[in-house]
Amino acid sequence: MNDVVTPVAVRTAADYKSAYKPIWCPGCGDFTVLSAITKALAALQLPPHEVAVVSGIGCSSRIPAYTTCYGFHGVHGRALAAATGLKVARPDLTVLVTGGDGDGYSIGGNHFMHACRRNVDLTYIVMDNHVYGMTKGQASPTTEPDWDNKLSPGGTGVRAFNPLVVALAAGANFVARGFSGDPNGTADLIAQGIRHPGFSFIEILSPCVTFRPEQRDWKQQVHPATVGPTDDAARAARRIMTDDGMNIGVLYAGERTPYPVSGRQATCDVATLEAEFEL
Amino acid sequence: MNTTPKKAAVPAPRTLEEFMVQAYAMECEAVDRYTEFADAMEMHNNREVAAMFRTMAGYEGKHAEQIMAEMGWKAPPPLPPGGFHWGDFEAPETVPIESVHYLMQPWHALQLALAAEQRAEAFFKALAEAATDESVQRAARELQAEEAEHVELVKQWMAKVPAPEGNWEDDPDPPRYNE
Repeated sequence: MNDVVTPVAVRTAADYKSAYKPIWCPGCGDFTVLSAITKALAALQLPPHEVAVVSGIGCSSRIPAYTTCYGFHGVHGRALAAATGLKVARPDLTVLVTGGDGDGYSIGGNHFMHACRRNVDLTYIVMDNHVYGMTKGQASPTTEPDWDNKLSPGGTGVRAFNPLVVALAAGANFVARGFSGDPNGTADLIAQGIRHPGFSFIEILSPCVTFRPEQRDWKQQVHPATVGPTDDAARAARRIMTDDGMNIGVLYAGERTPYPVSGRQATCDVATLEAEFEL
Repeated sequence: MNTTPKKAAVPAPRTLEEFMVQAYAMECEAVDRYTEFADAMEMHNNREVAAMFRTMAGYEGKHAEQIMAEMGWKAPPPLPPGGFHWGDFEAPETVPIESVHYLMQPWHALQLALAAEQRAEAFFKALAEAATDESVQRAARELQAEEAEHVELVKQWMAKVPAPEGNWEDDPDPPRYNE
């Protein structure tokens, strides 16, 4: 018996970064979220060709191009729809979905709720900066109602969306909040989300230093969650609805059975399907 | 630019090996951050500052290599599960991501580097005082002294670089609407 062990190269975070340099504004929180994603993938030692990163539109949706994994930069708000299809067709892939608060909660809000409900094994990472940065600073669903700026004088007056509670109510199986200024902690949350079966939702507070420079203060405001995760969605929802929105950590880890994607047989081949759509 | 660190007690490493792995990780995180800054500044055509951050990344990389050579490591050491306790979200020598601005000047970059080296010096000083193992105490004092040298070097560098004018942030074609 041959007992010579061939050494296996250990992948580092750098192995998951592509040669493309991010064009984000210097100081943007998305830099460290990208770093956290690559650290999480390295921690799990997932081969890049077995991972797909899917996104919609927005600053943070550029992430697929900055990784060496398979990537799909889709249309606005539809990242979860594309990712769901991908995971169902290729259950062997680890599928990450990345985007921002506008893409995920407004344009893609309906997909968000139903992705939570379906509980397909995806990890959805939302970089929330409470603003549409790419289109120059409009209020987003998570913008505070009194955020006064030139585009919404006096603030919108509209109650901010609470994505974590919506995710819980809709059936997400793992809910966490991270902070981009804590890249190592965020990497750990992402790794946990990937490992957890079903739909994992990780909301990351990621300051926009250009349109919301006051968010630099988030570093002084965030704090670790004082209690550990619960598997009781009602208890998690109560905690989230009464917290200050700044506690970070895993807030809910449920035990719902994920949507079954393995062992399903295709009902027809691709050529037959294409023929049906032929003009 | 906010560089105020949070302070929390950092548990002292129990062995020299553990301590040096932590010191190595600190240097590597600094390399990564300076490289991110250099890339970002290149993309925003701020080449002078980009070159400065690239140089700083090079220095920190050399420090990491020195640690590997001193310890006789042939490959980077594995980090402990869960990482290290730094007393803040990131290692003391890592410049916070939100500290930079696309119009910043070399003086600003040096100011950030100075703060990072001072935090590193304070970090090793605290570890030297908290450590119970003699070899850890000795190594922590050595690294504290090295960081103190770096602080002086950055100060000397800053003396040769002009301080920015008050309107350095003014951009005739800003990316955002002026209020």
